[in-house]
Amino acid sequence: MSVLDSKVPKGSLKDKWTDYKNHIDLVNPANKRNIDVIVVGTGLAGGSAAATLAELGYNVKTFCYQDSPRRAHSIAAQGGINAAKNYQGDGDSTYRLFYDTVKGGDYRSREANVYRLAEVSANIIDQCVAQGVPFARDYGGLLDNRSFGGVLVSRTFYAKGQTGQQLLLGAYSAMNRQIARGKITPFNRHEMLDVVKVDGKARGIIARDLVTGKIERHSAHAVVIASGGYGNVYFLSTNAMGSNVTASWKIHKKGAFFANPCYTQIHPTCIPRSGDYQSKLTLMSESLRNDGRIWVPKNMDDVMAIREGKKKPTDLTEEQRDYYLERRYPAFGNLVPRDVASRAAKERCDAGYGVNATGEAVYLDFASAIQRYGIEQAKIHNITNASADKIYELGAAIVKAKYGNLFQMYEKIVDQDPYKTPMMIYPAVHYTMGGVWVDYNLMTTIPGCYAIGEANFSDHGANRLGASALMQGLADGYFVLPYTIGDYLSHDIRTGKIPTNTPEFDAAEKEVTERIEFFLNNKGEHSVDYYHKKLGKIMWDKCGMSRNAAGLKEAIEEISALRKDFWLNVNVPGTATEYNEQLAKAGRVADFLELGELFAKDALVREESAGGHFREEHQTEEGEAKRMKEFQFVSAWEYKGEPKDAVLHKEELVYENIEVKERSYK
Amino acid sequence: MNLTLKIWRQIDANDKGKMVDYKVTEISEHMSFLEMMDVLNEQLVNTGEEPVAFDHDCREGICGMCSMYINGEAHGPDRGVTTCQLHMRMFKDGDTITIEPFRAKAFPVIKDLVVDRSAFDRIQHAGGYISVNTSGNTQDANATLISKHAADEAMDAATCIGCGACVASCKNASAMLFVGAKVSQYALLPQGQVEAADRVKNMVAQMDLEGFGNCTNTGACEIECPKGISLENIARMNRELLKANV
Repeated sequence: MSVLDSKVPKGSLKDKWTDYKNHIDLVNPANKRNIDVIVVGTGLAGGSAAATLAELGYNVKTFCYQDSPRRAHSIAAQGGINAAKNYQGDGDSTYRLFYDTVKGGDYRSREANVYRLAEVSANIIDQCVAQGVPFARDYGGLLDNRSFGGVLVSRTFYAKGQTGQQLLLGAYSAMNRQIARGKITPFNRHEMLDVVKVDGKARGIIARDLVTGKIERHSAHAVVIASGGYGNVYFLSTNAMGSNVTASWKIHKKGAFFANPCYTQIHPTCIPRSGDYQSKLTLMSESLRNDGRIWVPKNMDDVMAIREGKKKPTDLTEEQRDYYLERRYPAFGNLVPRDVASRAAKERCDAGYGVNATGEAVYLDFASAIQRYGIEQAKIHNITNASADKIYELGAAIVKAKYGNLFQMYEKIVDQDPYKTPMMIYPAVHYTMGGVWVDYNLMTTIPGCYAIGEANFSDHGANRLGASALMQGLADGYFVLPYTIGDYLSHDIRTGKIPTNTPEFDAAEKEVTERIEFFLNNKGEHSVDYYHKKLGKIMWDKCGMSRNAAGLKEAIEEISALRKDFWLNVNVPGTATEYNEQLAKAGRVADFLELGELFAKDALVREESAGGHFREEHQTEEGEAKRMKEFQFVSAWEYKGEPKDAVLHKEELVYENIEVKERSYK
Repeated sequence: MNLTLKIWRQIDANDKGKMVDYKVTEISEHMSFLEMMDVLNEQLVNTGEEPVAFDHDCREGICGMCSMYINGEAHGPDRGVTTCQLHMRMFKDGDTITIEPFRAKAFPVIKDLVVDRSAFDRIQHAGGYISVNTSGNTQDANATLISKHAADEAMDAATCIGCGACVASCKNASAMLFVGAKVSQYALLPQGQVEAADRVKNMVAQMDLEGFGNCTNTGACEIECPKGISLENIARMNRELLKANV
């Protein structure tokens, strides 16, 4: 039997969570006052968990590397948040959201977790509205919805193109209320550098104050990791510059299994890169695919003419354009899931049809939407025989109201007006479905150590649907963890405060301090970024949108060699007792250099294509991903020193409430 | 293009600080301002000098972390953008660019261009929330109708990213645009009415305690705000405060 116990409750799918909640052990309010919880990361998952746990009465400490919890990268999520409210009466239900999510994840997620997520999704919207989150409304005063990829209903709630910002500010406001009461102590500009285990349980962390450099010991009865994903292993991604894997990686090295590292989402609509100096990539929300049509020229002559500046995209007639998503996937068209849309863009660009100088861009065109909205508005305003200019003006106003901030962002970066000429887009690393392995309780394989939000692996399988990350982060933090952690903490009511003057804390602090001293004394010849960029290039070239065995084997060798070189030759300036960004980065890149190799190893072992993981050896004749029945399991890796020594454990995935079939969007 | 940078260097909060000149070459006009700073820092690290510390994170204009005062303007010469979205095409070959931290008594310098904006957090702790438990057992989200107009206006106020450009731009280092935006978001929504009076009083009191100045309606904050937060929010905050005190 597998060493992994998912602890999924017995009973029918729709009753599992309710029955579970009815039978867990609770902690009485007086005892909660004697229990401490550490939350690392203050995005949607961490922020909402911290606020709720503090509200329940636990003493919470939060840690974030930013100067305020409000700046966690959840803030950059644009499009929206899914919930099975069925306000549109278009046939949505808890089951359908569950079904779409499991199918969207290419049948590689855990049924019971996904169903629970769908079940609590409606509560999230109620909760956020009560907190004052200004979701978009229609003229009657009811909440408005839009559609996202991979589904046939409108269940996405949004606040302009800034939904993540508004939801995070909602969670931050709930935190603020608890900070004011003294129930949350925030440690901002702090970074967790290790977890401390006592008698096998997570009992605290070692953190570094990023301003003074001071190494601190913090104890607690449970530790919650909510530090997000590891997309920055690619150097270039849509993640924030500071986003890192360190907290997850440190618990991995202390016994938490790391699941499905190779499942990475390459988002189809990002602004193409422009040069070697580029520090990050910018996402253009998937919501744009509600109204934008994706195309490249049909004829190579037109491609060349456009690249040479002899033709403009608007010069091409409808017949000269290849709306390749509409052509290949008539049922879902431009709203196919992200993995499918990204691969289709890569396929066209690899075939030579890319429309910019680097050959890595396709068009996202709003001309037909502007036209369609313009005609509709002319009718609404009773304008007969409206001129083409008038229709354009009316239509552009609607598009501006829907996506204005995204269009402005595009214009500022690219210096082109997307109302007048199609946007250029290309896929970029965006989200990581893989992460720390957790059971149904969201607990890792270290007792008392939890992982929530993007940091865990649980809900999205091999591909995440749009607007589901916000849903999962808030579901975990507001509605799931507060129950499951109580069941664990009910055994800690007599434990008392965890002391920090113990050998376990001494040892963990010593390890952290020695590593910092090593970096500062190394005085090598290359900067931290030099290594990060090299790692990113290996990852993108060999573990990117498509992968093959030969490339993955090379990646493993190259990353391993790069890591050796890093430890010999990295140069970190400054001292340990000051604000030193290079030093902080050095530690993060060191961890990425280990994760990257495990990532490639995981991708090599997974001899199938599933969701975001596309193995060239495993595709159908039409070039679609080909899943293998024998790989219907979660890969959970146990740390044993070097990544090459990591041991694979399998959690078999069982589907009792959904038929596993070919994932078709045609 | 080739540029001369005059950058504020300050070791820590106790250091007096000074402007230091640097040269950067072969800067592409497609680079963002912070990518230009990355080039400078890489250059400094490779020549054994201490890189310039500056705050930055999302690099897409939404987290509010970046905070430079460029050629006498918060977030530089472009409008409606944060420093991370400012592009080098706004500058010319041979330009000299002055780069300073956001300056205000309530924003002490931590190092170089990094300042401490925790005063903003403390103002929010004083009342920047609606006191509703996160149990999920609230009423249905559609139970209270909210007019599209009110929802949109609340959203416009809520779009503030808390960067502090308003404070840095104000000759009085006033935080009223920031506080006004938060007060307005809740004042415009029915959910915010219950605590409206206490909220505005507590937030304004904390704002004063932190050492921010008063508003004298010069409007510099509105012009420099990367998110276009309107001065109307200050007027609304003042009305709310008046209402709360009568």
